[in-house]
Amino acid sequence: MTASSSELLAMSNGQAVDLSAIPQVPLAKFTRLIVQAAASGHRVSAMFADDAIDAGATDLYAILADDGENRLHVARTTIDGDRFESLTPQCPQVHLFEREIAEQFGLLPENHPWLKPVRYRASWREGRDAWERPAGQPIEPGTGDFYRVAGEQVHEVSVGPVHAGVIEPGHFRFQCHGEEVFHLEIALGYQHRGVEEAMIGGPGPRSVHYAETLAGDTTIGHATAYAQVIEALNHCTPPARAQAIRGIALELERLANHIGDLGALAMDVGFLPTSAYCGRIRGDFLNLTAQFCGNRFGRGLALPGGVGFDAEPARIADMLARLDVHERDVGNAVNLLWEAPSVMARFEDIGPLPTEICRQLGIVGPAARASGINRDVRQDQPSGIFRFVQIPVSTWESCDVFARAYVRWLEIQQSIEFVREQLQSLPDGEVRVAPGELAPDRLAVAMVEGWRGEICHVGITDHLGGFSRYKIVDSSFHNWSGLAHALRNQQISDFPICNKSFNLSYCGHDL
Amino acid sequence: MLDILQARIQQKHRTMLWPDGPAPALPDRFAGRPRMDCAACDACGKCVAACPVDAITCRNGSGDDGAPPSSGTRTIELALDLGKCIFCRACERACERKAVTFGADFHLAASTREALIVRDAAEKFPPALVEKAREYFGRSLKLRQVSAGGCNACEADTNVLGTVAWDLGRFGIQFVASPRHADGLLITGAVSANMRLALEKTYAAVAAPKIVIACGACAIAGGPYAGHPEIHNGAASVVPVDLYIPGCPPHPLTILDGLLRFIGRI
Repeated sequence: MTASSSELLAMSNGQAVDLSAIPQVPLAKFTRLIVQAAASGHRVSAMFADDAIDAGATDLYAILADDGENRLHVARTTIDGDRFESLTPQCPQVHLFEREIAEQFGLLPENHPWLKPVRYRASWREGRDAWERPAGQPIEPGTGDFYRVAGEQVHEVSVGPVHAGVIEPGHFRFQCHGEEVFHLEIALGYQHRGVEEAMIGGPGPRSVHYAETLAGDTTIGHATAYAQVIEALNHCTPPARAQAIRGIALELERLANHIGDLGALAMDVGFLPTSAYCGRIRGDFLNLTAQFCGNRFGRGLALPGGVGFDAEPARIADMLARLDVHERDVGNAVNLLWEAPSVMARFEDIGPLPTEICRQLGIVGPAARASGINRDVRQDQPSGIFRFVQIPVSTWESCDVFARAYVRWLEIQQSIEFVREQLQSLPDGEVRVAPGELAPDRLAVAMVEGWRGEICHVGITDHLGGFSRYKIVDSSFHNWSGLAHALRNQQISDFPICNKSFNLSYCGHDL
Repeated sequence: MLDILQARIQQKHRTMLWPDGPAPALPDRFAGRPRMDCAACDACGKCVAACPVDAITCRNGSGDDGAPPSSGTRTIELALDLGKCIFCRACERACERKAVTFGADFHLAASTREALIVRDAAEKFPPALVEKAREYFGRSLKLRQVSAGGCNACEADTNVLGTVAWDLGRFGIQFVASPRHADGLLITGAVSANMRLALEKTYAAVAAPKIVIACGACAIAGGPYAGHPEIHNGAASVVPVDLYIPGCPPHPLTILDGLLRFIGRI
């Protein structure tokens, strides 16, 4: 990136900066900075709006990740009116961020190619609506324009919001020609419960619980990101032992979910042995997390200032013994997949997501790594324990369902190794320091590599040290477009395995 | 083929014996049914202040619910609403006198909202569940699951019941793909405004006699989102509820226990 320090503010993951230190650039410059950054391989980790100091004006922020240099850059511009020129035509990965800005702040990104609501809710600003919908009128989810293909033998398949299994709600529309899917459009927002809105004015007694339930299967990932925002804003450093325990819990979360996903993929191609075993072994790993804190999802474990529970030597010895057993079971169960021609025939070449598309859409996590992109917050923007202990990044080149499954298997093996090492060498000392008051007028960024990929939290404090804005970006926010793209020209019957190969979060997206 | 058979031997038979045998071991730090010890309470109000979801009330004499009362008299009434509780144990940590403690008992489900209020250490379990349910659904209960504005943890631990270790099918209970095939709904989530219509339509599509199960703190009373304008504070605000299963999320054992009590299997 060629931008000078007068245009962008450089910072690192888990750091807070003075709001006044963030350069204010004109919109044209802001656009150029983001487009250039994306063109040189950087990512837009977050882009969001906030009320500017001048009444009616809006600040736009972008958090750009320079993975090569392990740095983050903050860009800011102020929009005085009720519209701005959309960046999406030049930088596709911001498309959903711009839709969100339009929905929350009633700010119109002009010439956005597909400007629809994200969560089907009213604007945060009374009287300002990007779609000029009348105030007070209910907003029905899943309504409005959908992309349509017309012609003979073309038909539309509509699914959801209530799905056929025990699954979160979402609405899917497939434009099909016979069995072939030309286009899939996904409308979400059914799980919207107003978490970003409720974070404003905090931190309060519920804040950490909001973080823990942003996506229940990513409790540790989001709670750790929230904790790191708080710690950056009050200059507190959690003890080394707490950092290690958070790392262990994060990898246990990855293990449970990856193993569950491999079982679900096996189920969707009718391969029952791995499906049955992995369904159970997933629970074994959830139960390991429960050994720490009593809860299978890690509730109450990652807290601002450290962790809520310590582990005594006998507990650690017990966990290590269980880990050995579970490791043998999972290897035995998963390796059946790669040996079964019936499974491989269904995994290979299905649901391709080309590397270049992946880069353009800003895909994160195992989905990106399965398209050959070496991208992992633990390596690129390390924080906590990952500044001291590196987990090798697992990638695969084939871009298909197989790659997304196999990357998970590679990561399972790495994570087990990490958990074992950390349990064996936990630093001594306390597990929590009391967090103090938050510094006023700051912006803090925290990123965590959750099991689905990058999680980004941005906290902005007002002059009293309360949150005036709290931006949450779950990995799924980036990746839903990837799933839609992977379905192009695929058989509609392949949707279940393509979907499982991403296994995205509805609630993490809907907030 | 041989490796599949070899794997089958290594993975063993895993279906638990419960409820006919012992229940699976729960972690020692598991937060189950809370115990309220009014004799130990000095009405300091710390637990009330610590609770993020207003689940706990402490009444001293004629004091109002929820307000930290002044100490002195010994007619203290502590009450914890399991329906609102997210089992974060903030009250337990706040109480120096151990008047509120969480035990290991996983039996939490009840058929009325009132039965979810835990008052004193001496109280009995909630009353037996609906007799009609045993008659209608005791041998076969087909459920449609509606996820409506939660965090997906309740869904995850409901799904667990389908795995070999729990094998929900052995009780004749099954999750089905259409409301037309279902005897009732299992609802998770606080019922977001955006899911209200879909939930109403799904409920209407189930043939009578039908039942509704509210699973998890969100579905019972809104959970951590209680009071948000984006949600409806639980399933009962939209449809009549026959069984409440508390937890955030409920442990699979709590969910299964609730279902089995409901159909009279235990």
